[in-house]
Amino acid sequence: MNGLVQTALEAATAVLLLCGAVFCLLGGVGLVRFPDTVTRLQAAAKAQNLGLLLILIGAALRVPLPYAGLLLLIAVFQLITVPVLGQIVGRIAYRTGAVERHTLTVDELAERLAPPDAPDAGESGGGRGRGT
Amino acid sequence: MVATVALALLGVTAVLVVHRLVRGPHALDRIVAVEILVTTVVAGAAVAVAVWDYTSAVLVLLVLALLGFIGSVTAARLAEEREDMR
Repeated sequence: MNGLVQTALEAATAVLLLCGAVFCLLGGVGLVRFPDTVTRLQAAAKAQNLGLLLILIGAALRVPLPYAGLLLLIAVFQLITVPVLGQIVGRIAYRTGAVERHTLTVDELAERLAPPDAPDAGESGGGRGRGT
Repeated sequence: MVATVALALLGVTAVLVVHRLVRGPHALDRIVAVEILVTTVVAGAAVAVAVWDYTSAVLVLLVLALLGFIGSVTAARLAEEREDMR
């Protein structure tokens, strides 16, 4: 019985490691193939981190319990920090002109950044989004 | 076998990321590429932890993940202040 559980855990680890590596590879392909900074950020922040999470979970199934806890802690840190980095890089890309705005279908930030006396800007706009 | 395939895929990922790191064209692209490179290294070391029971690397992974985040945020803020940094 114990041997069966061991075999099942090893099989699950192998599947998770391979799936994670494939998702990491897809993230890398997206980073090379996508046309501008924000779409590359998409590949970076989603595919790559899904791959990393799968690999960390696969590793956590194999190692002793304290190390498994540390690996899951890495996963939690990753889940906290990646959205923050994505937010910061995306905003800076927009504000420094790395985003080609005419390619955007919806551009809600432009309405918020527009001066309050502009004809198409609502009262809710001015001030928000200008902060650091 | 599993370790070889997984590490090979991660190696190809690292080559693609370095390609983007060299090509640019914007500083933010390079910052994103560096962050992904750190993530790939963490993933590769986690594969080593899983396959060869290399548990002493786990703490290194924890520090590396956090330092990668802090470095990327700092570089991104610098790119915001110096818009000529391309």
